[in-house]
Amino acid sequence: MTTEQAPTLTASDPAQRARAARRRRRTAPRADRVASAFLHLELLVVAAIVVFPLLWIVGASFSPGTGLANASPIPADATVEHYVSLFTETDYGRWYLNSLYVATLNMVGSVVLSALCGYVFSRVRFRGRKAGLLGILILQMFPTFLTAIAVYMLFLNFGLLDSLTGLALVSIAAALPYNTWLMKGYTDNLPSSLDEAAAIDGASRWTIFVRIVLPLMRPMLTFVAITQFTMPWMDFILPALLLQSPEKQTVALGLFAMIEDVYQNAFTTFAAGAVILAVPITILYIVLQRYLVTGASAGAEKG
Amino acid sequence: MSTARQAVRPGLPAPVPGLASALVWGSGQLLNRQAGKAAFFFAFFAALIGWEMGTGNYYAGMDYTPRANGGFFIRGLWGLFTLGTQPRQMTVTGLTEGDNSIVLMANGLIALLTLGLLAIIWIWGVRDAANHRRALNAGAAPETSRAYFKRIWDGAFAYIVLSPGMVLIVFMSVLPVLFGILVAFTDYNRDNLPPKNLVNWVGFENFATIFAVPSWTATFIGVLGWTFVWAIVATATTYAAGFLQAVLLANKKVRFPRVWRSVFLLPWAVPGIVSALVFRSMFNGQFGPISQWLVDVGLTDERVYWFTDPSHPNLARAVALLVNLWLGFPFFMALVGGVLTNIPDSYYEAARMDGAGPLQQLRHITLPVVHKTVAPLLILAFVSNFNNFGVIYFLTQGGPDNADYRFAGSTDLLITWLFHLTLDNRLYNIGAVMSMLIFVIVGTISVWNLNRSKAIREL
Repeated sequence: MTTEQAPTLTASDPAQRARAARRRRRTAPRADRVASAFLHLELLVVAAIVVFPLLWIVGASFSPGTGLANASPIPADATVEHYVSLFTETDYGRWYLNSLYVATLNMVGSVVLSALCGYVFSRVRFRGRKAGLLGILILQMFPTFLTAIAVYMLFLNFGLLDSLTGLALVSIAAALPYNTWLMKGYTDNLPSSLDEAAAIDGASRWTIFVRIVLPLMRPMLTFVAITQFTMPWMDFILPALLLQSPEKQTVALGLFAMIEDVYQNAFTTFAAGAVILAVPITILYIVLQRYLVTGASAGAEKG
Repeated sequence: MSTARQAVRPGLPAPVPGLASALVWGSGQLLNRQAGKAAFFFAFFAALIGWEMGTGNYYAGMDYTPRANGGFFIRGLWGLFTLGTQPRQMTVTGLTEGDNSIVLMANGLIALLTLGLLAIIWIWGVRDAANHRRALNAGAAPETSRAYFKRIWDGAFAYIVLSPGMVLIVFMSVLPVLFGILVAFTDYNRDNLPPKNLVNWVGFENFATIFAVPSWTATFIGVLGWTFVWAIVATATTYAAGFLQAVLLANKKVRFPRVWRSVFLLPWAVPGIVSALVFRSMFNGQFGPISQWLVDVGLTDERVYWFTDPSHPNLARAVALLVNLWLGFPFFMALVGGVLTNIPDSYYEAARMDGAGPLQQLRHITLPVVHKTVAPLLILAFVSNFNNFGVIYFLTQGGPDNADYRFAGSTDLLITWLFHLTLDNRLYNIGAVMSMLIFVIVGTISVWNLNRSKAIREL
């Protein structure tokens, strides 16, 4: 409205014009403030929806009692007994160490193998290169589940069942095609003039890889390391198939067994276990979010 | 004519050493006077024969049958073809040891893969023998074995570096995949479990079962339809919500944007299995807080059984989609947020000059730029939602039950149905067929997506 009136006013009276300008300045911030208020209201609502389930599970882990019905987001008389009983009455500590072992092995194996394969596929021209790349691409489309069942039957026959190292090896192999493609895609984008210069100076391929290309691959190495370290903590299908004895369970299996109980009698203990599992990974993700998002979008570019 | 040529028996035609190498590995190289190479190839030949003899039951005057006498390779191939001939039987002396078809099949596959690898070396040896002789006949100087291997070694950098990864992939991925494909053509299921029974090859019978038996077909079509709806809606809603949230956060009026951003990223950062199990407890019909709250507030008269009430399958589906939205939007928010910071301000300034409002700027600048970057990821997200085992299995376990379906509930996706089929019901053969169908669907989408991207053309 003010803008429509402005031309007529300018013609007639400078005082009125000043008033109109002031009014315009005042209404504009008011609209701004309303928009800003709505914006923050929306953010607040979404934040509440996001935070509530997490707050609830943290609250549940401190709630007295054992059942699901006892859980409350802000318990009146908080207790840490569930955290204590988690380590004294269940095998949680054992599960945690098992997961840590698989996760570490999976991370180291995946980073080393995918970096090597990615570098070779990107920089060395050799016979079978194209076939190899296409082959692992097709392999990666196969549902892991089909592989998992078959791996189970094979491991059963060869006595490899119930081994954490076996589980880590299967996990490395399952993720290797995708990680190799990631590494290859990333190395493709590194300037090859650096390696060529080093090759002219007489450096061997291995030296070029270790001294020149590997340091440049660091962002992608970080991405693969984080994703492969966190994966075994959440993975369910493979450990459920391959691990059997109680002392070989991982955290995910143990937590799932706790919550399977129909009457939800171990719920608060489950909550404590879930919190201990989630906190380190959550912090890791939030701190390293930049690497993770870039890595994921790089994967999309290269299929 | 040269002295070198006369040194190695002139006039011998090229195919002769090749043929010799084909019969006895390395003998062709010996004819070419290359003892080192000959020993190299013969070593593989000896290993092959030795392995077969050592693992088999060979003796003079035997009455040869592959089952009784065959070694690793012959018995392996026999097992792969027949899947065993003698079931476990009750005799006077007790249970006889029958053939375990699945073990036979696995061993047969390993034997076949090993033979395949050896065949590569065999072909290499035959071609090398013939080619070298051809080169000699054409007047080339003979190459010593040592020089040859040094040359090969320098060119083999790629293969040596790749080999650990490739061995792992062959035995942990390729072998299981082949095994899974083979199972789809057998009658391996709970009615026919080795070592009690023998498993047989049945051709395409399992495929026929899924498409011809009405209850199987109905389940397949129903689950497939829901899987597509799930994958499309889940991808679309998470993308839309993530986009909206990113655009709102990019607004300059927002105070403390980094704090908000970190809060919104929480569902992405918390391990998926934890969030899914937490939601499962919150939506627990009997004890869960949400049902309780609805009753307390007076919105519902009695507790809502979100995931177990067969009369409301769509309620369970809608809740699963909402939970997935909670889980999935932060990733797209982070992604779109990254793209937004890279759009130069000058675009928007130019648009403002031309009198474009905020909505028009969003519609004609933000949306196209973001979409161009994110589109390939949408396909990837679609595929991962298509196989989203975690959310469905942990949240609903496929429930509520569906009386029209075989071993599947109303929220079951193909992948969770597969889990029920194989693990809970041990219908391995039908499960294998399902896996192949999923592979065909996912593979088609992925190939179509790849064709559009530059990754393949740059290979």
